[in-house]
Amino acid sequence: MAPRDIAPRAAGPCVPRRGFPDSGRAGNSRDGGPARAWAGPPLLPTHPREARGSAMTAAADRLAATALGCARGGRLVFRGLDFELGAGEALALRGPNGSGKSSLLRLLAGLLPPAEGAVRWNGEDIAGAREAHRARIGWLGMQDALAPALALAENLRFAASLRGAGPDAARRGLDAMGLGALAGVPARRLSQGQRRRAAIARVIAEDARLWLLDEPTLALDDEATGRLGEALAAHLARGGLAVVATHVDLPVRLAGAIDFAAAP
Amino acid sequence: MSAARAVLLRDLRLAWRNPLASLTVLAFFAMAAILFPFAVGPEPQLLARVATGVVWTMALLASLLSFERLFQLDHEDGSIDLLLLSPASLEAIVLAKCLAHWLTTGLPLILAAPLAATILNLPAGALPTLLLALALGTPSLSLVGAIGAALVLGARRGGVLLPLLVMPLYVPVLVFGVAAVEADLAGLDARAHLLLLGAFLSGAVPVAAIGAAAALRQAGE
Repeated sequence: MAPRDIAPRAAGPCVPRRGFPDSGRAGNSRDGGPARAWAGPPLLPTHPREARGSAMTAAADRLAATALGCARGGRLVFRGLDFELGAGEALALRGPNGSGKSSLLRLLAGLLPPAEGAVRWNGEDIAGAREAHRARIGWLGMQDALAPALALAENLRFAASLRGAGPDAARRGLDAMGLGALAGVPARRLSQGQRRRAAIARVIAEDARLWLLDEPTLALDDEATGRLGEALAAHLARGGLAVVATHVDLPVRLAGAIDFAAAP
Repeated sequence: MSAARAVLLRDLRLAWRNPLASLTVLAFFAMAAILFPFAVGPEPQLLARVATGVVWTMALLASLLSFERLFQLDHEDGSIDLLLLSPASLEAIVLAKCLAHWLTTGLPLILAAPLAATILNLPAGALPTLLLALALGTPSLSLVGAIGAALVLGARRGGVLLPLLVMPLYVPVLVFGVAAVEADLAGLDARAHLLLLGAFLSGAVPVAAIGAAAALRQAGE
C-alpha cells in the first residue's frame, strides 16, 4: 500500500470547558492567546521566551517534532508531522482508531524509533540521549500497568523506585486521585475506573517533565476526570508539558490539537 | 541499582503472593522423579545408572514451564512500558528479573534435588557434587530462558516456540552438569566440569542481559 501523507490540521482555539477548575491555574506563564497547533510549515509566532533560546532552565523546556513519520508493520501510519510544544503547554491528539495517536506517543517517549524525522527536546534529538529522555517521561498507556496481585501503594512505590523517586510520592499521587483509602487494596479487587485512577496517580507520583497520556479518561467518572484535570493543570502550572490522546474534551486549556486523518 | 532492587523485590513479592508457578515447577520435578522408577523398573542398579541424567533432564524441563511468565505478565498489564521507560539500565533490570526467577524456581529445584536423587537411588556420596553442579547450572537456565522469553514476547503462541528456542542452548549445561556427577561417581575429579559450568554461567550473565534487553526494547515498539 502506498504511503500517504496525512495532513494533521491545526485545530481551532480550544475553549476551556465550563467548570474547569481554574484556567488561571492552568496558567501557562503565557499570554493565553489562541491555540498554537501546527502542521507543516512553521507558522508559529515565536514566543519571546523561546526566542531567547535559553534551553538551560527547566521552565523553558520545549518538545518538538520535525517531519516526523511513523511506520508500523512496514506501513506508514503518518508522515510529515511538525509541532512544537513549550513549557506549561498541553497538546491534544485526536482522530479515529488506528490513526496513529498511540504510535505518536510511543515515538515521543522514545519507545519507538521514528521512520522519518526526529523528536527533539530543547533542540536535541532524543535518539542521542535516550536515558535522559526516559527520565523526563510520565507515561500512561492504554493499559494501567498495575500488577493485579499488588496493593495500589505497592504498585505505585514500585513505579516510583523505578524512577528513583521516594515512597512518599506514591501517597501524594493516591491522595490526588482520591484513592487514599484504597492504598492497601490489591489492584485486582478494584474496578476498571479505580485502576485507571491509580494509573493516573502513578503518573502524578512520578513527577516527570513530560506527560504522555493515552486516553487518560478511559473508564473514569466525572469526579475522577475533574481530578485528572486539576492534576494536569497543576503539572502545566509547574512548567510541565503534556501530550494527551483523547476523545473527550479535557478540562484544561490546550495549547492546540493535532487531528489525525482516518487510517488508510 | 535501586531500580533493579525494586524489580527483584517486586517479583519475589509477586511470586510469594501467587506461588502457583513455583509450585508447578517443583511438582513437575518431583512427579517426574517418582514416575521414572515405574517406567524403567525398580532395579536399584539401573536407576542409579540413569539417576544423574534423569535429575538434570527433569530440572531442565521443569524450568521450561516457568519462562513464559517471566515477561508475559508485565507485558499483559502494561508494566513492561514502565521498565522500558525507567531511567535505570534495562540490562540491570533484566538481570534482577533473572535473579528473582532463579530464586523462585531454580533454588526450589536444588532443594528438591536430594529427594529426587534418593528416589532414583543416586549414591549419597555424589549428592554434594550434584547440588553444586545444579547451583552453577540452574542460574544459567534462568538467564538463557530470559533471552527466549523476551524474544517470543508478543508473538502468538509464544509458549510453544519458547522451548524450541531455548532447549538447544541448554545442551552445554546438561552435558557438563551430568559429566560432573558422573566423574564424581567414577572416582574422578569433577572440578573441570564444574569450572566449565561456572564459565558458561559467567558468559550467560552479560549475553542474557544484553540480549534480553534488546529483545524487550524490540517488543516495546
